[in-house]
Amino acid sequence: MRVLGIETSCDETGVAVYDSDRGLLAHALYSQVATHAVFGGVVPELASRDHVRKLLPLIREVMTASGSAPGDIDGIACTEGPGLVGALLVGTAVARSLAMAWDVPALGVHHMEGHLLAPMLEHPAPEFPFVALLVSGGHTLLVDVQGVGRYRILGETLDDAAGEAFDKTAKLLGLPYPGGPELARLAESGQPDRFRFPRPMTDRPGLDFSFSGLKTAVLTRVRELPDDPQTRADIARAFEEAVVDTLVIKCRRALEAAAMAGDPPRLVVAGGVGANRRLRERMAEMAATLDAELWYPRPEFCTDNGAMIACAGSVRLTDADKSHAITARARWSLSELKPPALIRG
Amino acid sequence: MKLLGIETASDACSVALDTGTEVLERHHEQPRMHGRLLLDMAVELLAEAELSLAGLDALVVGRGPGSFTGVRIAVGAAQGLAFGANLPLVPVSSLAALAQGVVRRDGSAGVVTAVDARMDEVYWGVWQADAHGVVAEVVPERVCSPADIDLPAGHWRASGSGWQAYPEILEAAVRGQPGRVSEAPGQPQLARALDLLPMARQMLAGGGEFAPEQAVPVYLRDSVAWQKNG
Repeated sequence: MRVLGIETSCDETGVAVYDSDRGLLAHALYSQVATHAVFGGVVPELASRDHVRKLLPLIREVMTASGSAPGDIDGIACTEGPGLVGALLVGTAVARSLAMAWDVPALGVHHMEGHLLAPMLEHPAPEFPFVALLVSGGHTLLVDVQGVGRYRILGETLDDAAGEAFDKTAKLLGLPYPGGPELARLAESGQPDRFRFPRPMTDRPGLDFSFSGLKTAVLTRVRELPDDPQTRADIARAFEEAVVDTLVIKCRRALEAAAMAGDPPRLVVAGGVGANRRLRERMAEMAATLDAELWYPRPEFCTDNGAMIACAGSVRLTDADKSHAITARARWSLSELKPPALIRG
Repeated sequence: MKLLGIETASDACSVALDTGTEVLERHHEQPRMHGRLLLDMAVELLAEAELSLAGLDALVVGRGPGSFTGVRIAVGAAQGLAFGANLPLVPVSSLAALAQGVVRRDGSAGVVTAVDARMDEVYWGVWQADAHGVVAEVVPERVCSPADIDLPAGHWRASGSGWQAYPEILEAAVRGQPGRVSEAPGQPQLARALDLLPMARQMLAGGGEFAPEQAVPVYLRDSVAWQKNG
């Protein structure tokens, strides 16, 4: 089955063509980061405006790049949520109408399921079951993945996402938006042991996260210390260490619990923060001590993209997906998903 | 000429089909239901006329101004249909459609449109019908405060939600000459898809490519203080 995938849930316009037999045939992405940088965050209305300008040219691009004629496409998958409603509606409007014109089924895909299944774009791909850490500017989630549509949320953030904490702390340190990667760069020149910030919620059982207090702890430090470059680097280092340590502690717990339940310890890390160098080092050390497998999608599929939506669509689309309703869901829990009726090869 | 028109810039979700011999229409005034209704309304009309998308000559879309999300649903859906069926896509002003509706109903030649744009502003347009009854822009459409409107000399029919939302606009438009502006019957009207079609026919007759990606929303309001998410 060949699927056109469309992702417009936030500030990236992503389009791809995925074939269940031949794998990913083409993908294209337009990132709006520069548009939103001057505002210090994503402006929903501007995101929607960019999506509607960029989406059709990107669709043309991937159709050509994948060598697909309209008759080659068996179905269209678009992100239906969770995300910014106005942005999502652009994607679903184009997807549903294009499917109507091509007389193929169309399906609204859960954005986070796209991330969970992104490792399936790689060869080799991890086998089920696995524990997934989805960690980005919008989400921090630990999920037990037994198969497609068989998800159990093990833990999630109670306030800020980890990537959001990176961006907000970067702002406190005077770094430009989006500051997460900048903060990580600054941290490399910081001394490891000058400061120590709390590892939130690691002193109690459970797999939930909370990062907003950490940001406050940084703010307190920034206010009481002289503002010099080395101090800023040292604070960045301590902050990064605290976030990474917290994520590693929770992943270790989740893997240990999986092993106790008889599952092989296997961890997939996805989302933009998964590109963080320090996180990857520490996760690798932890995985080695547990003799666990550790998987990452390639960097461009860690962040939002159309390929993961096309891939998720390829395992879920059926001829019964005939709805023409252009809808979007700002909130939509992963745990509402069910396994597909028919899993295609 | 066989045309399918889509207009969802206001609380109305409106679709019209020119079959070449008659114009069929579906029109629902239901806020926030556009996305759910729109494509099924198009499917119904095509089935009623026993036409397929591929059998059409072009698609037509109300490209705004109006509700930002509504305009994007119309443009996104029209782009998908036009690209998918390999058809031209003709963008028409949603204010012009409102004016065209007044011309259609009472034969007026001059129409002035004011649609509530919130934030104490209106989408403002001044339109004149030609010998064929097709409206053209007299003053460039824009978003402005009711106090800042301008209206050329002559007699005008008023249409749109702005006249009720901002009663002071009538005073500014009349400029001490009562009778210069009179309300079109049945106000406030919302733009209808069938009123996109006369302008679209004229534009198509004038030639051009009308590539689907060239039909983009016109918001008029492009420089508000944008609020970031969260």
